Amino acid sequence: MGITQILFWFLSALALGSALMVITRKNPVHSVLYLVVTFFAISGHYILMNAQFLAVVNIIVYAGAIMVLFLFVVMLMNLNVNVEPQKNKLLQFAGVISGGSLFLVLLAALVKTKALIEMQSGDYGLVKTLGQTLFKDYVFPFEISSVLFLSAMIGAVVISKREK
Amino acid sequence: MEIKYYIGLAIALFCTGIIGVLTRRNAIIIFMCVELMLNAVNLLLVAFSKMHALSPVGIATPSVVSDAQVFVFFIMVVAAAEVAVGLAIIVMMYRNVHSVDVNFLNRLKN
Repeated sequence: MGITQILFWFLSALALGSALMVITRKNPVHSVLYLVVTFFAISGHYILMNAQFLAVVNIIVYAGAIMVLFLFVVMLMNLNVNVEPQKNKLLQFAGVISGGSLFLVLLAALVKTKALIEMQSGDYGLVKTLGQTLFKDYVFPFEISSVLFLSAMIGAVVISKREK
Repeated sequence: MEIKYYIGLAIALFCTGIIGVLTRRNAIIIFMCVELMLNAVNLLLVAFSKMHALSPVGIATPSVVSDAQVFVFFIMVVAAAEVAVGLAIIVMMYRNVHSVDVNFLNRLKN
């Protein structure tokens, strides 16, 4: 068992454990912080697959921007206490059963593949290669996404503006 | 490393997100579980792109692998825009019903 395998299992356990903590903690602030840990573990997986650009973008965009936005909203609404009073245990049980069934079905269908995966090598994920692809072949979708961001920004402002 | 471990990990993360969406009632946590599912899919896309880098049949030109990772980058872009609008909707909902419990949003029911 080489260092790659050890790192893979460690990061997988970290991601899955903190994902479970996200959906079980009562306090939303703890959930947000555990989700940040999950995103860091996923970034570790990207580094392990030598997708360096995506690893950095994942940390900056997800763990940095999006999670801070979540944390900001949770703190703004003063939700750092338990706001879910009592729950229907039967519905919870049904949710866990259906999610687990989906897990088993997908796993049984897909786990028999034999293909190998390139770890820690290949220069496809580097900033240089991806930048050339992005600005040669995908420059039009890149510009379109700026329009998407502009409309999302205007939409967020319009939605959260207080009506008179 | 075989691809099946990454498939298993991505499926487990995705189903964790689904269970969270189905069992929690706090709108913010439901939204966070949606983000978790998006990240599981991103991880699987990157793993498949690295699988094509080793593909023996020769269909994998370098641009195929880079294309997949640019695709993941665009998913992240769309997710960031989605979070901005979604959190604005949740703030609006909190202003109207003074709660983020999704069970209070049943005015369309009757």
